[in-house]
This record gives sequence, structure tokens and C-alpha cells, in this order.
Amino acid sequence: MWNLHKVADLPGGSSQIFIGLHLIHEVTSPQAFGALKDKNLSVKFPSRTVATVDHIVPTDNQSRPFKDSLAEQMIDTLEKNCNEHKIKFFNIGSGSQGIVHVVAPELGLTQPGMTIACGDSHTSTHGAFGAIAFGIGTSQVRDVLASQTLAMNKLKVRKIHCKNYLPEGVFAKDLVLHIINKLGVKAGVGFAYEFSGPAISELTMEERMTICNMSIEGGARCGYINPDEKTFEYIKEKKCAPKDNKWEQAVKWWESLASENNAVFDDVFNIDASQVEPTVTWGITPGQSIGINQKIPELNELNEDDQFVAGEAYEYMGFNPGQKIKDTPVDVCFIGSCTNGRISDLRVAAEIVKNNKVAPNVKAFVVPGSEKVAEEAKNEKLDQIFKEAGFQWREPGCSMCLAMNPDKLTGNQVSASSSNRNFKGRQGSPSGRTLLMSPAMVAAAAITGKVSDVRDFIK
Amino acid sequence: MNTVFKAPKGKIHRISGTCISLIGDDIDTDRIIPARFLKCVNFDSLGDAVFEDDRINLKGKHPFDLPEKKKASILIVNSNFGCGSSREHAPQALMRWGIRAIIGESFAEIFYSNCIAIGIPCFTHNKKTIKQFQQQSEKENLFLDINIKESSAYFSDKKIQLEIKQSSKNMFLSGEWDATSTLLNNIQLIEKKFNQLPYIRLNEELT
Repeated sequence: MWNLHKVADLPGGSSQIFIGLHLIHEVTSPQAFGALKDKNLSVKFPSRTVATVDHIVPTDNQSRPFKDSLAEQMIDTLEKNCNEHKIKFFNIGSGSQGIVHVVAPELGLTQPGMTIACGDSHTSTHGAFGAIAFGIGTSQVRDVLASQTLAMNKLKVRKIHCKNYLPEGVFAKDLVLHIINKLGVKAGVGFAYEFSGPAISELTMEERMTICNMSIEGGARCGYINPDEKTFEYIKEKKCAPKDNKWEQAVKWWESLASENNAVFDDVFNIDASQVEPTVTWGITPGQSIGINQKIPELNELNEDDQFVAGEAYEYMGFNPGQKIKDTPVDVCFIGSCTNGRISDLRVAAEIVKNNKVAPNVKAFVVPGSEKVAEEAKNEKLDQIFKEAGFQWREPGCSMCLAMNPDKLTGNQVSASSSNRNFKGRQGSPSGRTLLMSPAMVAAAAITGKVSDVRDFIK
Repeated sequence: MNTVFKAPKGKIHRISGTCISLIGDDIDTDRIIPARFLKCVNFDSLGDAVFEDDRINLKGKHPFDLPEKKKASILIVNSNFGCGSSREHAPQALMRWGIRAIIGESFAEIFYSNCIAIGIPCFTHNKKTIKQFQQQSEKENLFLDINIKESSAYFSDKKIQLEIKQSSKNMFLSGEWDATSTLLNNIQLIEKKFNQLPYIRLNEELT
């Protein structure tokens, strides 16, 4: 696939790689369009770039102009740029707006064998379809707009083989948190992570997206899963999927892409999926996680290299080493994000929430990943289930995953969050504390008001 | 923070300046520039906001607030610096504060490529040497003169060998880190590739 997309060898030693699909949003594109203007350049292939708006959109009242004038300026700039350069823009109210990594797959834009770039680190999500997909910065967004290519160095590949199957009540999110914990948050630097094995084959496409989405939290710029029947089935008949005889041709080509059984990897790492528990982060990196029944590790239980950040984490989180994570009180429960804001995530959470009530003093809210997800959820009356339980039902966007919109933690609130990052200050309060977990676990925490084992709800 | 901002331009052979040390592993881009500062359509005002939350928290004791480090331009960091979000706002904020080169144990991938794309070389060295650099830089004003071709840093009467990817080094020396024009040199090959790729013609619905 690398060679297929290679345009040229560059003088410096890197390769010029063609980008098959370029996704843009309001946060990392305005400066890139500005740079094009400064250099008097145009967009080379406007048909290969698709835009949506997600990071800054309010999730309560989306009427324009937005109350936040800076947010309004950003969406307005994106509208103008897309208009000027004839780029397809899925705006609010189009029926297809949402988080860019939810929208592209559900439109059928994301397909096997493509190179996909977007000015967002969670572009790794699209590797779940057997695409080479990675996040880029704004200068690289500029380069893709101008030339549809990037200067790249080839990545090494680490195969992460997941044998056996996940037990009941344990989800893709738990598996990927577990993997990141075992390998660490920097082991993936210089690597693409290819996930394989029975536990991966068994996952639905949406679950596979959760796995690849979080590759970047392990340091790997790309996640990858070989395309299979499930992949093709998911894409089939999506709005932008190939149709009729082109569909047959596409599937034939996609089938030829899967890495061979005898493929050689730069590294192989084995995980026993049957041993994974519901997993919760206790610290300030996505690698600082434990099983629901485990205790926060003592310094001397950790590698020397991990001790500095662990020390920082104890202090910031206000947790003590040796303390259990179960029963930790939570203030805010957030279900959403490009990691876990898809319809299957909402279904699983709704199943837990059904006929229960959100605990007093807990603020719980659901932010569907896209307008399509919201529509589907409403058709299935999931919104009713959440609302009856005391959840707020919001409009689609990135929301409190990174808190660029009004959805923020305040003070040192503890949030149970289905998102992807528990960095210091990530959810909008410089002292806010994030516990990452699966959407089912967030639902359970919302009901009990504390970190709980979702398996107790399933029994 | 340097008062007049001048972005790097063209071939970069040499970077010299005072070091500023920032201790800690896995310092993510949310910490370098919190998300609320991403609500902008240009990078101009990011320099003041670099490490804002960490700086408030340390009440003037953060390295980026120390008067003696105000004109520093070489940042010394530990491992996995710049992990997390792909926001170029992070290196842009560092650059607009005055940073022109970074030396660390290791860098997160996207951060590293963003730094190249804006003309900020990132060098690596082992944990022990980085620690020595950091300690020395905290004690006194450590002045480094970095020669990119040699990948070496000179200080007082010493010379130390740094590591940098050969392809990155070549880009700084040739000026190709500012990649757009280099990429556009191959415009005919790009068009050929566009016409060849199987999925482009299978996805006419998009075009």
C-alpha cells in the first residue's frame, strides 16, 4: 500500500505519499487555508477533501450565530473556505455532521486501501478499515490541500495479536486501555499498530474503530486491522460507497489487500483477551489504568521509567497508591467522543441505564457522535431511555472530550468519561480529573455515583 | 519570551542560544497549549499562552516564567514530549515564545513532524546526558551552539554529538522542511498517481 501511494522519493530521503482522502474540520484548517492564500496556491483536488465541524460546536443550542463569538468565527471561516475552494462540507443540519472520525466511516468515505489524513490525532480510527490513516498538523494540512501529498517516512509495524475472546461485560475500550497499559504510552512511537487475532476478528466495525482510535494513545500514529467480510458489509450501501459493478470491483481489490499470513512484522506483542477486565484509568496518561478490582499501583510496582509520571498522577488526581479505584465517587459522566460516541456505544450504555436513575449530584450527559447517530438513537428511542434516567441528551460534537465548547468540568470534579484522554486539564478545568472507561462503565458509574463494575448490572 | 517574532525561513544550518529545561515525561500538547486557546484562526497570539495552566499552577516558578530564561531558545525535555493531540498550535506556541530547537530523550511522532514542518529541529540524546543538560541549565545560563550538519552541540569548551533523523537533517539543511514547493515540483507525478489509484475511479460519487 505504501508503494501504491508513493509519488516519488524526495531528495532528503523521505517519500512523497499521495493522500487518498483528506478530512478537515474547523480547528486545524483555517491557518492552512491562510497559508495557501499567502503562497497564492489553490486546492489541487477539491474532490478528495471533505469537511465537517465538530470540536467547537455547542451541544445544547446550536442556533447561529453561536453564543461564543470565537467559535462562530471558526465555523464561519470553515464555511467560507469550503465555499471558496469547492470542498464538500457536512455542516450542522445537513444530516451528516458530526465528529469527523464518526462521520467519514458512516458516509462510506473511509475504505480499505486508502491513505487518509486529517488534522487530528485520532485519524488512526480509520485504520480499522484497512486504511493507512494518520493525524497531521496544520502545515501538513496545507501541503495536502496544495498537493494532495505529504513527505513521509515509512513506519515500522508491530503486530498486536489478541488471542481468545473478551469476556462478557468487557469491551473494545477495555481491551485497548489494557494494551496501552501493557505496552506503555510511548512504545508505539515509530510504529503502526496492526491488531489481529480472534478477539479482534470477533469485534464489530465500530468496536474495531475504538481500538484503532486509541492507537495514538499508545504512541502509534496509525492503527490497522485487516479488512474482512465485516468491513465490506459495513461499507456496503453507505452514501459514498462504490455502487453496482464498481462495488464488485472494489471488494475484489480490497480482498487482495489483507496482509498475508506469512507477513513479517518488526515486532509482535501477544495479549490474552480473556484475561482483560473492565478497565479504568487512575492517572494522567491513558496508560495509567487498572482492572476494576485492582488497586492503584505503588511506585515500586512500576518500571523506573514510569515512576516520575506516576508521582505526578497521584498528586494531581488526589489518589493514594494502594487505593482501590472501585467506588471512587464521580461528579460528571460523559458518554460520547470519536472513541465511543457511535450507535453501538449508545445501545450498550442504554441497556445499562434502562429502568435506572442517575445518582443524585451526578451530572450525566450523552453526546451522539454525529447527526446520523443521533437520528438512529432517536428511532430506537434510546434518547428516551437516557432522558428518563436523568441523563441530558445533547447535539453531536466532540464536546467534553477536549472541552473546546461550553461542556467543561469545573474545579477538581471527577469525570467518568468514554473519551480517550485523561491528561491534566483535558476536560476544560485545569484541575479537573478524568477517569477513562467504556461507555457501559460510564453508564454504571452514572447510576451508582461511583466507579462500578458494569458486570454487576449485566448479571 | 522574545518580543519580535521572526519565523524560521529557508536553509537552517545553525541554531544557538540559551537553554531552558522542562522536566517531565509524557508532556502532552494539551499541557503545552490548552484547548481553549485553539479557538483562533491564526497562530499569532499563542506565544503568551504556552503552558498556561502549568504556569498558573506554579505561580511564577515555571521555567517559562523565570526572568533569566526569557530569551532562551533551546528547550531541553525528557521522553515522549508532545504526545497526544496533533495540534500544531503546540510547536507554534513554543516557537512564538522563542524556542528554535528542542533536545529531548524522545518525541511523540506527530509533534515531531509538526516541528519539522515549521522549522524547529528536534534532537535526541540519552536520559543521562539530558539530565545533565537540564541540571546545568537550571544552575546557570547554559549556552549551546548547534551545528545541524554535524548534529553536534558546542558549549563552553565541549562538544557533544546529538541525534537527528537523516531525512530531517537533510530537510533543514536544504530548506525543504518548508515542504509545499518541493511537493509541488512533482505535480505531474501527482496527477499520474491520481489517475492510477484504483479507488479514485471507484469513488466517482465523491468527485
